[in-house]
Amino acid sequence: MPVDLLLIGVKAAIFLGIWLTLVPAMVLVERRLSAFMQDRLGPNRVGPFGIVQPIADALKFFFKEDVIPHHVDKALYLLAPAAILIPSLVTFSVIPLTEPFGFSLFGQDIHFKFQIADVSIGILFVFAVASLGVYGIVLGGWASNNKYSLLGGLRSSAQMISYEIAMGLAALSVLMMAGSLSIFDIIQMQIFNGETGKLFGVLPVSGWLIFHQPLAALIFIIAVFAETNRLPFDLPEAEQELVGGYHTEYGSMKFAAFFMAEYCNMVTGSALIIALFLGGWSTLFFDPWVAGLPVFFKIFVQFSVFMTKLIVVLFFFVVVRWTLPRFRYDQLMNLGWKVFFELALLNVVITAVVIGFMSVS
Amino acid sequence: MEYALFFAFSLVAIVSGIMVITQKNAVYSGLYLLLTFFCLAALYILLHAEFVAVVQIAVYAGAIMVLFLFVIMLLNLRFESDSFAPPLPRMIGIGVGLLFAVQFVWIGLGGMGAAAERNIPEGTTAALGMELFTKYIVPFEAAGVLLLVAMLGAVYLAKRKHN
Repeated sequence: MPVDLLLIGVKAAIFLGIWLTLVPAMVLVERRLSAFMQDRLGPNRVGPFGIVQPIADALKFFFKEDVIPHHVDKALYLLAPAAILIPSLVTFSVIPLTEPFGFSLFGQDIHFKFQIADVSIGILFVFAVASLGVYGIVLGGWASNNKYSLLGGLRSSAQMISYEIAMGLAALSVLMMAGSLSIFDIIQMQIFNGETGKLFGVLPVSGWLIFHQPLAALIFIIAVFAETNRLPFDLPEAEQELVGGYHTEYGSMKFAAFFMAEYCNMVTGSALIIALFLGGWSTLFFDPWVAGLPVFFKIFVQFSVFMTKLIVVLFFFVVVRWTLPRFRYDQLMNLGWKVFFELALLNVVITAVVIGFMSVS
Repeated sequence: MEYALFFAFSLVAIVSGIMVITQKNAVYSGLYLLLTFFCLAALYILLHAEFVAVVQIAVYAGAIMVLFLFVIMLLNLRFESDSFAPPLPRMIGIGVGLLFAVQFVWIGLGGMGAAAERNIPEGTTAALGMELFTKYIVPFEAAGVLLLVAMLGAVYLAKRKHN
């Protein structure tokens, strides 16, 4: 029992460490890369190449005066920043980062799963928790008692609900191919084993699911952009229209919480994209070689591969943000309901027909 | 342990349920309803019905309550000077509610043993899916049609005003 508790503590520390490293690093990358793309210098004063800038930012947030405007609904105003951070952290905690492995510690054999919680319903849990992320934005918008904040909150609730449907349907195609709700099973299925594997006992498959479900992957990735409120879908905080959107009335660490939540959501969303479509820790043609390595090397390679993919996808997020202009609100809604919803549904039907046909013949 | 959790979640569910109808601020009412949903989901997990619990959160908390809050905020219902219902409907409501509670307890006391003996499938998604698509296929499809009809009706009512 104490060893179990210790393990959970260690895992929580590792996950929190990953998150606390990636989020400030992403903020810096975002600022430097955007500056590079726009032919500016960006923050390069604090430390070499400005790499200490995130620490300076964090210190500034901590020492700012913690203002609570008098016209806000105090309880909900304070609840909102917490409500927006929790769902994305919880979602991240169920994504496995490597295969489970065994070792002994203090004379006890330990089966170590590189995820904080292995919930039996896997991906459904992810969607249930992720759908709660909208509350932080909506409550923040409403409690601020400011018409721009409220508009931002309302936009986000409509936007996130709309794109959740397309996202769920895209993931459904993957679930149908895997025949399992477990994220671990979905990743395991994408491991290349040197020959064409059999899926469902009949469907020939090997390699990453993005090759088998390109449409689902595209819809899923775009829906993740919409769910994280990143450009080109950052309508809830469109500066030109809404000042700052739902976080206009927030300052110091409470603003920082909203700010971190955006990057936190990006990390979680990227991890989901990798787990569902980019093979998790799979290295495609090197998989048989990795599987033959001694256990600790294997785990190290798998972890490094997952992290590398995470960083690549996060870079993609940043590059897209500084490349595309923002959608208009009606375009956003039309795209969600009249294009992605139908395409995702069509994809589910085609996947079902193909799986059914393959299992008959 | 399970009993303690059961009573804790039940207590919070009941208290927040009462708060839903006594709050004068519609947004707070909605949030207390959300808390009730979470407690119900926790109770489902205690019953080993993980799938139902997750669906409870995804559908009710993640979608329906968001839309409720959306409407409440859009209508800008801020502070009601009095509770929502006038006295007479409120009395009728309390009466019907009490009647329902009595009936519920009656059925619960009478049918406790019978429900335990019946072979309830495990809460796994696969088992639930098998039951839904074989034994209960007709009610399942009928519920789907019912939802579709309700949706079409809502769209029709919303459209008619413009023409």
